[in-house]
Amino acid sequence: MSQFIVETDTPNGYKLKLQTGLFINNEFVAGSDSIDTINPATGKLIASVQAADKNDVHTAVKAAEAAFNGPWGKMSALDRAALMFKLADLIDRDNEELSQIETLDNGKGITFARLFDVKQIAISLRYFAGYADKVHGKVIDTEGALSYTRHEPIGVCGAIIPWNFPLMMLGWKLGPALATGNTCVVKTSELTPLSAYKVAQLVVEAGFPPGVVNIITGYGAVAGDALARHMDVHKIAFTGSTAVGRLIMKAAAESNLKKVTLELGGKSPNIIFDDCDLDQAVRWAHKGIFFNHGQTCCAGSRIYVQASIHDEFLKKFKEYTSQTKLGNPHDDDTFQGPQVSQTQFDRIMGFIDTGKKEGATCFMGGERWGNEGYFIEPTVFTNVKEDMSIVKDEIFGPVVTVSKFNGVEDVLSMALDTEYGLAAAVFTKDTARALDVSNRLKAGTVWVNCFNELDYNTPFGGFRQSGIGRENGEYALDNYIQVKTVKININRKP
Amino acid sequence: MTQADIQTIRLTNGKTANVHTQLFINNEFVPGNGPLIETINPANEEVICKVHSADEQDVNLAVESAYKCYYETWRKVAPAERGRLLNRLADLMERDKDEIAILDAVDNGKAFAVARDVDVTESIGCYRYFAGWADKIHGKTIDTTFDKLCYTRHEALGVVGAVIPWNYPTMMAAWKFAPALATGNTIVMKSSEVTPLSTLKFGELVKEAGFPAGVVNIITGYGHTTGSYLSSHPKISKMAFTGSTFTGRKIMESSASSNLKKLQLELGGKSAQIVCADADLANAAFWACGGIFNNHGQSCNAGSRIFVHESVHDKFLELFIAETKKIVIGDPFNEDTFQGPQINKSQFDKILNYVKIGKEEGAVLAYGGKRWGNKGYYVEPTIFTHCNNSHRIMREEIFGPFVSIGTFKTIEEAIDLANDSDYGLAGGVYTSDLDTSIKVTNEMQAGTVWVNCYDIFDQSTPFGGYKQSGFGKELGKYALHEYTQVKVVKIQRLSKI
Repeated sequence: MSQFIVETDTPNGYKLKLQTGLFINNEFVAGSDSIDTINPATGKLIASVQAADKNDVHTAVKAAEAAFNGPWGKMSALDRAALMFKLADLIDRDNEELSQIETLDNGKGITFARLFDVKQIAISLRYFAGYADKVHGKVIDTEGALSYTRHEPIGVCGAIIPWNFPLMMLGWKLGPALATGNTCVVKTSELTPLSAYKVAQLVVEAGFPPGVVNIITGYGAVAGDALARHMDVHKIAFTGSTAVGRLIMKAAAESNLKKVTLELGGKSPNIIFDDCDLDQAVRWAHKGIFFNHGQTCCAGSRIYVQASIHDEFLKKFKEYTSQTKLGNPHDDDTFQGPQVSQTQFDRIMGFIDTGKKEGATCFMGGERWGNEGYFIEPTVFTNVKEDMSIVKDEIFGPVVTVSKFNGVEDVLSMALDTEYGLAAAVFTKDTARALDVSNRLKAGTVWVNCFNELDYNTPFGGFRQSGIGRENGEYALDNYIQVKTVKININRKP
Repeated sequence: MTQADIQTIRLTNGKTANVHTQLFINNEFVPGNGPLIETINPANEEVICKVHSADEQDVNLAVESAYKCYYETWRKVAPAERGRLLNRLADLMERDKDEIAILDAVDNGKAFAVARDVDVTESIGCYRYFAGWADKIHGKTIDTTFDKLCYTRHEALGVVGAVIPWNYPTMMAAWKFAPALATGNTIVMKSSEVTPLSTLKFGELVKEAGFPAGVVNIITGYGHTTGSYLSSHPKISKMAFTGSTFTGRKIMESSASSNLKKLQLELGGKSAQIVCADADLANAAFWACGGIFNNHGQSCNAGSRIFVHESVHDKFLELFIAETKKIVIGDPFNEDTFQGPQINKSQFDKILNYVKIGKEEGAVLAYGGKRWGNKGYYVEPTIFTHCNNSHRIMREEIFGPFVSIGTFKTIEEAIDLANDSDYGLAGGVYTSDLDTSIKVTNEMQAGTVWVNCYDIFDQSTPFGGYKQSGFGKELGKYALHEYTQVKVVKIQRLSKI
């Protein structure tokens, strides 16, 4: 196991022993390839990690299958829950170490890692552990037969998770999958593989049987594709871009019609009416786009402000955004760290250039920040037209467009003019308007007088091309069970 | 001078233990103003110690504490935090498992090993089960007309009153505390004056776990005084009661004449076990024996009537008696004891009187029927045969290790015989035929029906009776309904869109 440990220090001197092997069957093993993972704050190498190819994926799937048909499948719900609670306790115990790894690999501010990301995976595990012995079928009245449903686990569930919230996304998948009795093969993003391997060490310490949780990293086109196509994986959960979501669905269709849930991209509209609390709206709008450096699927990346307060909003927004502290993500007070990779950096800068070329006004920001790492200034475009690429396409960076609107019909037609439907927000003090607009927005989450507020127990997912299925809350259980109807004949004749 | 809270008690195995004896109100042990009550060790008929009891003033203090705590503190605590506290409580019970089991064994007379492995273990499971529900209490949104938002809130009731019996002191407390607290209520519980000790120990753990003061309040006292003050208190929103049907009626009358508080009653039973001709008789004998003799017959759901198909009656009886002979009666602190003493003299006398009645009625005493030993309230496992539904020993709840056995010819007859009772708590059927098991389970008028087993409980399946065995469900998701009230909110949008 120790052959894959890499020792390193964070920029602030915290000592880490990073696990870099593939986690299969409770062991850390070599992969067929290796991938370099970079510190996005410096652009320098952190470590080289083992990467999985199709054969490694197969090994992991077989391990998960053996565990499902073996100890995990026979374990009582209570015992499963006890293991999940134990894992959550260990994650809380090692919060600092996990936060340091997350910040080093992803670049997010360490205060967010400590208080949000690492806490959330433990919260998900605990919440769903509480559901383990509460997965109910129904008895349904039928004449002459006893009919009931069983909500059975699916078996081996595959999950492909992104780099923007590595640990939290791991929690959103493991929680419901394990609680309902499945075993898992999780492919982490090759950009941020490190924190999940630390969790893997805790999986062993908690006492999970081998094969229940398997964590591997690799390229999407190699390991991800292999998982999505594997004939013995009967469900795949994917969070990432809409483009890759299509590939996953295609792979599922071409292989064994495995059940698919997708959490994809968004271009969520933030609608600010003139009767809102403007100062609050400014703060929420800031959080809506600049939280996690804009690397959030539900980011409020299009802001629509009612005409009469538009200029004042911009003024206040610029003032508030100017205070955003960019810097070393390992500093406690850093709000915005670097974007996750060179590729993302280039892509976002590309959008900024396009925005300028298409004739939008770069109201603030628009440049690289610093001269090391992938930092981009918080960027605001005004004077945009609805058909501009910066208004239509998901940028996934700290770039927001601000537009003017006159009234409800006018803003709704702009807000709804999108292939996405992940989230949306409306700021107003008028109850009737809040209810009416939230009813009419086609989005999986609609915020009223807030933004980016997610709770572990309220469902999250997209309308339209933002995805299929819901995560979190009781609704998540549906993704990981299959319904069997049993009909016992009493007195029916053939 | 008032008795100190901690008293040292002597166990029958020569060891000692320290117990709380005062009332637990607002996270503190405080003296009671009611009379000191002696609690007796039924294994040796000796006084264990005296405990404080609550008079009307004390009940008022407890209710006011719970009320204040609910409005000022508990209802603002996040649901997930409630769940966390319940899990913490379960952890502490795990830590103190032996100590709690000792208290139940000395106070109730049940075998220590049973108290530890069944009562306390299942209680811990109950707290963990309901801890998981705390942040999963969902209302609904309900679409009505286009211009309204309608939704339901499942709110806590406020202060819940609970009165629990002596047959499973720790477990009966858990069945009330766990769902009440998980759903956000505060609680005042009156334990049985016959078995007060383990519930008071629980108060100590509640404080250690970190519950805010006033969430849990525990008072000891007599039913007709303390219990009565509680069930008529105007600030109690709901009474949850487990005990006799007789007392259940009193609680219901109290509610009617006070503030129409909501009620949940778990009362008596005279549950029937049906043994069919095609049953695996050895299996049936094993389960049926436990069905009546578990906990010395002191279970509301005891399978105290057995109806056997006439063709297999003699064979079944032979096997049943053989199983009964395996029962080890003895001191609760011997590791192989299965059956300890009955709870007290009054029950002891009542059971032996039923032996007399059974004989007078013309039933046949096939086994037992006498006191066991010469110290402690021990009664031999007792079997009467040739019983029919006109016999008092077939109609009335005896609440002891006493079973009445009759026969039947057809399954329809067996179902009718089983249903011919004012009670409807539980039942059982032993058969190898799927159709028979479905028919009997569909038609039996009982809250729980066991097939090819008896007396098996799970935290996640509900328990509660039909007919005069009570109403309301404990355990499972169904229990949540008992401790919440539904508010509908309808928001009308003004039409100025």
